[in-house]
Amino acid sequence: MSVLRPLDKQPGLNTATILLVGTEDALLQQLADSMLKEDCASELKVFSFFSHLARSLPLPSNMNRPRIDLIMFVVNLHSKYSLRNVEESLRHVDATFFLGKVGFLATGAGRESHCSVHRSTVVRLARTYRSPLLFCDPEVDGFRVPVAQRLVRMLQICAGHVPGVSALNLLSLLRSSENPTLEDL
Amino acid sequence: MDSYDTRGSTPRHSASSRLKDYFIGATPLQKRLESVRKQTSFIPTPPRRKIPQCSRLQEDNDPQKVAFLLHKQWTLYSLTPLYKFSYTNLKEYSRLLSAFIAAEKQKGLAVEVGEDFNIKVTFSTLLGMKGTQRDSEAFLVQILSKSQLPSENREHKVLWTGWFCCIFGDSLLETVSEDFTCVPLFLANGAETNTAIVGTWFQKTFDCYFSPLAINAFNLSWMAAMWTACKMDQYMAATEFLWSVPCSPQSLDISYAIHPEDAKALWDSVHKTPGEVTQEEVDLFMDCLYSHFHRHFKIHLSATRLVRVSTSVASAHTDGKIKCLWNCPDGMEFKKDLEEKRRW
Repeated sequence: MSVLRPLDKQPGLNTATILLVGTEDALLQQLADSMLKEDCASELKVFSFFSHLARSLPLPSNMNRPRIDLIMFVVNLHSKYSLRNVEESLRHVDATFFLGKVGFLATGAGRESHCSVHRSTVVRLARTYRSPLLFCDPEVDGFRVPVAQRLVRMLQICAGHVPGVSALNLLSLLRSSENPTLEDL
Repeated sequence: MDSYDTRGSTPRHSASSRLKDYFIGATPLQKRLESVRKQTSFIPTPPRRKIPQCSRLQEDNDPQKVAFLLHKQWTLYSLTPLYKFSYTNLKEYSRLLSAFIAAEKQKGLAVEVGEDFNIKVTFSTLLGMKGTQRDSEAFLVQILSKSQLPSENREHKVLWTGWFCCIFGDSLLETVSEDFTCVPLFLANGAETNTAIVGTWFQKTFDCYFSPLAINAFNLSWMAAMWTACKMDQYMAATEFLWSVPCSPQSLDISYAIHPEDAKALWDSVHKTPGEVTQEEVDLFMDCLYSHFHRHFKIHLSATRLVRVSTSVASAHTDGKIKCLWNCPDGMEFKKDLEEKRRW
């Protein structure tokens, strides 16, 4: 079983790659498109990024892929299946990835009446893996665009394109804003 | 308020205990802020839920009064606290509400000669419908039609029933001031128009707000597990689940019926600690059902949305409709569940 490692490939020049893992293809596609649009609008330096959409890990070994800089696990709160899928996929990720290069994205929290996964389950999952958790409703434009902007920014930092800030720096910054006594959970 | 403590205990605990001292005698608003702050600093889902000992329900319970609650479909609403509601004025309220209903029904209608809007409204308290001593008493509102026949035996036909209750509302009660009565759960059975009229009257008179209570799939699976856990002497109906598959152009419904004894056997094999139901047990129970279905039909039910749960004890639909079929001691705990769910 191949495990995804952060430094097993050479970085590309001016490129950053994000891997989106989740069961809802349409959702991931929307998010990926938003992120690509975002990039062209705001960046001065031209760099492209590939976003690989994967249903679940492990990625097929014959795929000619670039180095993955950031993995976002997308959990749909309306479907327990997507949560199980993400939990399964987490096993195929090397532990060193969790030093700032992994994030969780929970979708569907807006429609409370359709939720089969409790919000706190995802919160607990993110806390267990010491990774940031974002909430998003990608169907709504107004929510999708800011999240896409955040993801692009996180991706830039994880790929090392922002001088002075590393992925680990960002992670500790994000964590210090939460309650410190919850670290021992 | 110094948050650094030389005693070695964590800074946050000492700060919060000092906060508490500071807040004794605080206004209800401050108390509410404090409770919200407490809630958000911990993970809110209770991973385990105690099956309450409902012995007090059985003492005060009037079996006849409670019997009418069974076998009826109730639509659920969530209600904000009532301002200046008094249990001693119930007769006054019935009079006012009947006048209001009569006025509403006559609005815009040409009143025919000889047509009588003989509506009678009764308010009564329901004893025993509460979880703890601190909860407000439940009360019942009924709209009855007065018989127009001049006969000796006047049978009043019940047109509409609604009842208000508060079960285990402790966390609400501590943030609410004296003038308010907390009865957050409202159940209605009968015509929608009557529900709307009664709702309008309550909103005007007691400055409260009704909102429909939807039960999401997460809570439905909890209810399924807890109702299956009820010990029953005989099972009247199969345990049924209904899932809605979101696909276009129209959604597909999957219905799954299990023999109630099999469901109980499955629950018993999953259930470990007596008197307590944990999140893991509920998840395992549902996962067993999902994997069984997947083995036969290759459909992942966990990717669909649970819409309806029906057991011998009670049934619930995601739109906020419930039906209680069995008045067993554990059966009333579902109301407690509804209370809690309302707050998530």
